[in-house]
Amino acid sequence: MKTLKQIFICVFCLLAFAACKNETKDASTNSEVTEAETTANKKTGQAFITDDESTPTVLSIAIGSPDHTTLVAAVQAASLENALVNAGPLMVFAPTNDAFAALPEGTVENLLKPENKDALANILKYHVTPGNYSKDFLKKFKKLGQANNQYVKIDVVDGEPMIGGAKILGSVKAGNGIVHVIDKVLLPPTE
Amino acid sequence: MKKRLTSTIAIAMIFAAFTSCNNSGKTNGQSGALSSNVAEKVYVAPGEYDEFYAFISGGYSGNLTVYGLPSGRMFKEIPVFSQFPTSGYGYSEETKPMLNTSHGFIPWGDSHHPDISQTAGEIDGRFIFINENNTPRIAKIDLKTFETTEIIEVPNSAGNHSSSFVTENTEYVVAGTRFSVPIPQRDMPIKEYKGNFQGALSFISVAPETGNMDIKFQVLMPGFNYDLSHPGRGKSHGWFFFTTYNTEEASTLLEVNASQNDKDFIAAVNWKKIEEYVNNGGGTMMPADYAHNVYDEHTHTATSTMKKEVRVVNPSEVPGAVYFLPTPKSPHGCDVDPSGEYIVGNGKLSANLTVHSFTKMLAAIEGEKFDGEAYGIPILKFEDVLAGSVEQPGLGPLHTEFDGKGNAYTTFFISSEVVKWKLGTWEVIDRKPTYYSVGHLTIPGGNSGKPQGKYMFAMNKITKDRYLPTGPEMEHSAQLYDISGDKMELLLDFPTHGEPHYAAAMRADLIKERSQKIYDLEDNKHPYAAKSDDDTKVVRKGNEVHIYMTTIRSHFSPDNIEGIKLGDKVYFHVTNLEQDFDVPHGFAVLGQNTSELLIMPGQTKTSVWEPTKVGVWPFYCTDFCSALHQEMQGYIRVSAANANTPLIWSMGEDIE
Repeated sequence: MKTLKQIFICVFCLLAFAACKNETKDASTNSEVTEAETTANKKTGQAFITDDESTPTVLSIAIGSPDHTTLVAAVQAASLENALVNAGPLMVFAPTNDAFAALPEGTVENLLKPENKDALANILKYHVTPGNYSKDFLKKFKKLGQANNQYVKIDVVDGEPMIGGAKILGSVKAGNGIVHVIDKVLLPPTE
Repeated sequence: MKKRLTSTIAIAMIFAAFTSCNNSGKTNGQSGALSSNVAEKVYVAPGEYDEFYAFISGGYSGNLTVYGLPSGRMFKEIPVFSQFPTSGYGYSEETKPMLNTSHGFIPWGDSHHPDISQTAGEIDGRFIFINENNTPRIAKIDLKTFETTEIIEVPNSAGNHSSSFVTENTEYVVAGTRFSVPIPQRDMPIKEYKGNFQGALSFISVAPETGNMDIKFQVLMPGFNYDLSHPGRGKSHGWFFFTTYNTEEASTLLEVNASQNDKDFIAAVNWKKIEEYVNNGGGTMMPADYAHNVYDEHTHTATSTMKKEVRVVNPSEVPGAVYFLPTPKSPHGCDVDPSGEYIVGNGKLSANLTVHSFTKMLAAIEGEKFDGEAYGIPILKFEDVLAGSVEQPGLGPLHTEFDGKGNAYTTFFISSEVVKWKLGTWEVIDRKPTYYSVGHLTIPGGNSGKPQGKYMFAMNKITKDRYLPTGPEMEHSAQLYDISGDKMELLLDFPTHGEPHYAAAMRADLIKERSQKIYDLEDNKHPYAAKSDDDTKVVRKGNEVHIYMTTIRSHFSPDNIEGIKLGDKVYFHVTNLEQDFDVPHGFAVLGQNTSELLIMPGQTKTSVWEPTKVGVWPFYCTDFCSALHQEMQGYIRVSAANANTPLIWSMGEDIE
C-alpha cells in the first residue's frame, strides 16, 4: 500500500515535470512547421535576387536573348537556373535556336520530357566551363574541362577557335563569366 | 510518523515541481506566462530582413558597427578612424590619407556618437556622422556605400565629445570640446588654466547636395568641459544645447574638484544668430592647422588637404546668442524632446532629472531674469527656465531618448536601469534593469522630430556574467526592449563591438533601397586603373615598380612577373574587373609588410611591397571568390639588387 502510494506520487511528480517540458516543446514544433510551410512556397536562391546594377549573369543574358529560347527552356526543364547565377566563373557555350533545330527531329522534345531530366542536364553541363576566357584567349587551349566531367576539344581553324566543332558566333561578357554563342549543340562523347 | 513524512515530502516535491516550472518561465522571459512569444519578437527567419538598422559606435575600436534590429545580428564593421585589416582601410595607398591629421598619421582613434542626417526634422538616411574624441575629428559615412568618405579635423578642440549631432536639416554637424585648452595652443603653466583656457564649439556646415563638410565658425566659450549636446528642433530649431561640467575650471583631480558647484550649466547657443553675424563678415579668421580628408568615389582615392585658418567668434561679440541654464551636478546627456520644448539635463551626480522649458527660456531672456553672468555670458535664473524635474528616478542619470508618444527613457548608470517617465507630468511609469551599468540608449529616430519607436536598446559598460566568459575582457552587452506597450519588455541580449558610446538607428527601408551593389568600372578614374587585360603592364621608375594588375574570377593578370630587385618599392595597383554584386577579390603577397587588400567590383586599390629577400614569391586572392578561387594565384620573382633580370610579365603563356 505504502509502495503503491509512493509510486503514485512519483508518477505524479514525473507528470508534473514532463507536462512542464512538453508545453515548451510543443510551442517550438508548431512554429517550425509554420516556418517550413511559408518558405517552401517561394522560389528561392541567387537566381531570384533583383539586381539591376550588376552586369547580367550568364542566365539573364540567355533569358534576354530571342535566339536562345530553346536553351532557356532546356535550362529550366533541367532546374539549372541557380547553378548559372553562381559566383562561377562560368563560361557558357550557348547554342542558338537554329543549332537546336538542326538536331534530328524529335530530339529536343524527347530531352524536355521529365523522365530525361538527367540526360538533358548532362548535355547542358557539357556546354559550361568553370572559367572566363575571351574568344581570342581560347585559342591557347587544346581542350576544356566541362561541368559534366568530360572534355571538349578545341581546334584552331582559319585563326578561329572551334569548340567541339562549333563556331563562336559572338560573345557577351556576363557578371559571373562569359557567354559564347555557338552554331552547334555540343553532344557529350559516349563512353 | 513515517507516513506523514513521506506525504509531506511528496507535497513539497509536487510544489517544487510546479514552482520550478513557473520559475524557469520567468527567468527565460522575465514576464511570466507569455514569455514564449519573446523569442518570436526577435526572431528573423532565415532569408528575412530586420526592420531597423542600428549604427553602434565602436568606441576605442575607432569604428562604427552595423546591426539589425530586432535580431541583434551584426552585419558590418565600417572602418572610420582606425586602420582596418579586413579591408585594408588605412593601409592601402588610396585610404592612408583618410587618417592624416595635423599631428601626422593616426592609426587608431576613439569613435563616439553617431548621428544620421536629417531633412525637415526627420531622419533621411543619406549620411551618418561620427566624432573622434581623442584627436578631434568628425567623419561622414555615405550610407549608399557604407564607406567613410570624409574626415575633417577640428582645431582648437580637445576631447571632441559633445559631438557629432546634426541640426534638423543637416545644416550643421556640431562638435564641442570636452577638454578646454589654451587657444591658440601655447606653452604655459597648467596651473594658469582658470580664465585662460577656452572651450571651442564648432559648427561644421554640410553642403546640401554633396554633404561636403567645412568649419563655418567656432564659438570660443569659457574653459568648462562641454560634455554632450543636442540640437533644438521644431520651435527651438536654430538653437543648440550643450551640457557643461567642471564650471569650477579645475585642472587636477576633477573627480573631486569638478564636483564642487551645486549647479553647472546647459549652454544654449543661438546658432542662427551667429550664422547671420558670420555671413555678414563677423568673427575673426585665426591661424589654425587642420586636415580635411576627402575620399573620391571615382578615383577610389582619398586626398588630404591641410587647412590653415578657421573663423572664431567670441560670444560677447554677438549679444543675445549664448545663455547659460543652471543645471544640477555635472550633467552628461543633453537631450531635446521631439517637439523641441523640453531640454533634459541628465545630472550624473544629481538624484533628480532636470528638465528645462524652451518657452520659459525665451521668456526669461525676454524678461532678463538673470542670475549674474559667467565670462560675460548671462546666466538665466534656474526657477525661471525649469519645466520640472523627475524626482528620485534612479542613480546616475546619463542619457534620455524619446518615443514620440510623450514618454522619455533615461539610463541610470549606477542603479543599472532604464526608467520610462512622462513628459509634462514627470511621473515615473516603468523601470527595467539593465546588465550592467548602462551608458547610452537608443530609440530608432531618437534624435529627431519623429522617433520611430517600437524598440529601445540599452548599451552597457559592464558585461560580467551575461555571456560565456572570454577572459578578463568581455564585449559590452546591449539589451533590446519592446517599448510598444505601457511597460518595457526585455527581449534580447546581444554583444556589441568595442565600446558603444551611443548609437543611431532607423527604419531599414530608406537605406536598403539605395544601397549600392557595385562600382561602375567605366567610371573608374583611378590613375593606375587597368580596365581590361589589355591595360595591364609593369612600369619601372627608378626603384619604384608599378604593376597595373587586374582580377577577375579566377585569375590575376599578369600572374607571372620577373625583374623585381631588392631595394625596389613595388606598387600593386589591383583593379577588380568584376561587375557583379558581392564579388570582391583579395590580394596578398608573401612578406607583404603593409597589408592585404580587399577590392570591391570596379575599384582599384594599391598595396606597397618592399621585398626583403631574393626568391620567387607567390601572391593570391584572399577572398573565396569562385569555384576556382584556389587557382587564383601568381608568382613574382625578386632578384639581387645588382642582377640583370629583365622586367617581364605575362598571364596564360603556356597552356597544356
